[in-house]
Amino acid sequence: MKSKVFPLVLILFFFIIFVIFFKGLKNSNIYTPKTNLEIKVPSFELKSFENNNIISETIFKDDEYYLMNIWASWCIPCREEHEFLMELKKNQKIKLIGFNYKDNFKNAKSFLKDLGNPYDIIVIDEDGTSSIDWGAYGVPESFLIYQNNIIKRFIGPINNDDLLGIQKIIK
Amino acid sequence: MASLIGSYSLGFGLFFSVFIIFFSIRNLRNSEVLDKKIVSFTIIQFFFVIISFLGLILSFINSDFSNETVFNHSHTTKPLFYKISGTWGNHEGSLLLWLLVLTLFISIFLVKSNQQPKKYRIFTLLFQQIIIVGFFIFLIKTSSPFNYIFPTPSEGLGLNPILQDPALAIHPPILYLGYVGSSIIFSSALAAMVTSYVTKEWAKHIKRWVLASWFFLTLGIMLGSIWAYYELGWGGFWFWDPVENVSLMPWFALTTLLHCILVLEKKKILRSWAMILSIATFALSMSGTFLVRSGILNSVHTFANDPERGLFILIFLFTLIFLSIFIFIFFYSEKDKIENSFFWLSKETSILVNNWFMMYFLSVVLIGTIYPIFLEVITANKISVGPPFYNKLILPFLIPFLFVMAIGPQLNWVKSDFKDKFYMIIFLIISFLLSALIIKEFNISFLINTILVTSAFFLFFCTLREFFIKRFKNLSQNIAHFGFSLLILSILFNNIFSNEVITNLKIGETFKSEKFTINFENIEQADEKNFKAITGKFNVKYLDGSSDILNPELRIYNQPNIITSEADIKTNLFTDKFITMNYIQNQEYFNVRYQVKPFMIWIWISVILISFGGFLSFFKKKYEI
Repeated sequence: MKSKVFPLVLILFFFIIFVIFFKGLKNSNIYTPKTNLEIKVPSFELKSFENNNIISETIFKDDEYYLMNIWASWCIPCREEHEFLMELKKNQKIKLIGFNYKDNFKNAKSFLKDLGNPYDIIVIDEDGTSSIDWGAYGVPESFLIYQNNIIKRFIGPINNDDLLGIQKIIK
Repeated sequence: MASLIGSYSLGFGLFFSVFIIFFSIRNLRNSEVLDKKIVSFTIIQFFFVIISFLGLILSFINSDFSNETVFNHSHTTKPLFYKISGTWGNHEGSLLLWLLVLTLFISIFLVKSNQQPKKYRIFTLLFQQIIIVGFFIFLIKTSSPFNYIFPTPSEGLGLNPILQDPALAIHPPILYLGYVGSSIIFSSALAAMVTSYVTKEWAKHIKRWVLASWFFLTLGIMLGSIWAYYELGWGGFWFWDPVENVSLMPWFALTTLLHCILVLEKKKILRSWAMILSIATFALSMSGTFLVRSGILNSVHTFANDPERGLFILIFLFTLIFLSIFIFIFFYSEKDKIENSFFWLSKETSILVNNWFMMYFLSVVLIGTIYPIFLEVITANKISVGPPFYNKLILPFLIPFLFVMAIGPQLNWVKSDFKDKFYMIIFLIISFLLSALIIKEFNISFLINTILVTSAFFLFFCTLREFFIKRFKNLSQNIAHFGFSLLILSILFNNIFSNEVITNLKIGETFKSEKFTINFENIEQADEKNFKAITGKFNVKYLDGSSDILNPELRIYNQPNIITSEADIKTNLFTDKFITMNYIQNQEYFNVRYQVKPFMIWIWISVILISFGGFLSFFKKKYEI
């Protein structure tokens, strides 16, 4: 005769596993290593959109927050994140630096004309080499900077959660 | 265009599932022979999936960036080979590959199983169709590979450069053949339970599928491991990374299942084992997919973190698990229990003992992989489970495991005795002396290492003797076991004898140690198709006057912009010399890592031997003693 307890225990056991996995789905990425905490910003010297020479040391002031955003007009996910950048621009406590990556100047201009310009300063990284210094994986990618340190890094487009996260940090 | 065709044929494929299920159920009631239509429909479904898959490959080859998958994972400057392998180097494409293999295997199954009872074949097909429909819906609803983007971008985002490697290009298809092969075993075990067909005949029939999946799974894991060794630049081949573990767990289950099937085929015992393991193997493969694809675990395999996808696989997985529990409880009975007694010294007892050991290893890996997730959910604590955990829990139990593995095949079925087993004692003494001599030379804990190496040598000698005594009898099993002893020996020696130097060097500088000097001679730059290569030239001189020139490389990929480090490895039969260099930000120094790894190549050779054993067995007409 088969015991009735055994099937029940089995089903209960798998049910518990199901519940735990289900909850685990919500806080995913538990194996993400802590990357780039407290890393100095790399220095660069690039042309800006207004054709001025810009040296990194002159932009980043110690007591202010900056979001350095690598973007390009040809990059589709950049369009997605743009509204969040525009939202962030309303906040006075943070400055946005645009890092225009391997882009056509005309296209970049019209991109900003269409969607709005969230950036306080835009520099042009024409051949993409300065982005390598930042250890960037691709476009878009953003770095939150405070006291000349990268305190947080966002690989891929910024979403609503990231936006709320940033607003919380700079409060 | 190609994407459009691909997209439509995917829909048609799903449509045919409805036909297949309808006709199968009708056929189940009406007739005594299998309806020919069902087989044709299954093959047609397979062809639709092939067309869909070819459509995706074509879009990749033509760099059709209006397709979102191609845009996200390809680039015009990528070599053709990696454009093609990019097809399955992403979430959407790899799922399409799953589906392709699923439909391929069920077609082969139907064509090849015409000696089997009709009901059993139809039920296997029905269970397989549940899986196939699940994957179709998953693919179409949450991860369609044929999403259209407008306006068409002029350039794609590129494939992650660390995935641009030959071993890794063929690793997913091979591994999937193993994973998906286990789905056939799963469906057929459920069907066998429903139709009360858990017999010697069933074991004989399913053995080939078990062998085939096992063969591909073994090779697939090895390819992934080779890739990690060459590409990741850590100089190791197994890191107990959660993603590696999820491929190892089905392997344990499948290996155990293989041995159960061999016994079942002989003696009609271990039936419950075979049933549970058939279910477990596939459930473990699926949970591997869940863990890797849902973003719960993070690694190079995590293509996209999308909780919606994770939720779908989770619900699908547990539906299958509960379905199989239901079938196991209500349909499966052990009523015709016969010859269920085990004599303590017999071949089947030794197989049973080692099955328990395998289950233990499986549990260790399972707990090490899953427990951190549980802990995080329940207490919000983060822990990381690393190699020490696995080494401590697995290594000691490897000793009895290896001994049983050496002795078991020497025993007879049913009942055996110690007559003519004198040579074993001699082998044991030789193995012990040999290991003691080797271990004594090194400054490591003597007792455990000696016993470990002894047990591995013991298996080595016992299987070696078999080759001479029994010649071609049981050759496949013997090759596999011999390969396993070789694998354990090479891993142990590799661990014990490895040597590593990490230093920072400028061009022209020399690093000196007791045994060798490393001279960093120069660097060269070259432009390749989709990356820029910086190659260093290192001259390693040894005390005996010999020297090696090693050329590690840094690759700066253009799209996406990633720097990868390519190791240069000098391989010979005894050792691998492994060197990597890394760029240090804003400095003229390079970080150089030089490793001497003995018997590296024997690890790959022994795994190939192991799978070759399985391969031979596949072609064997009948199972000898």
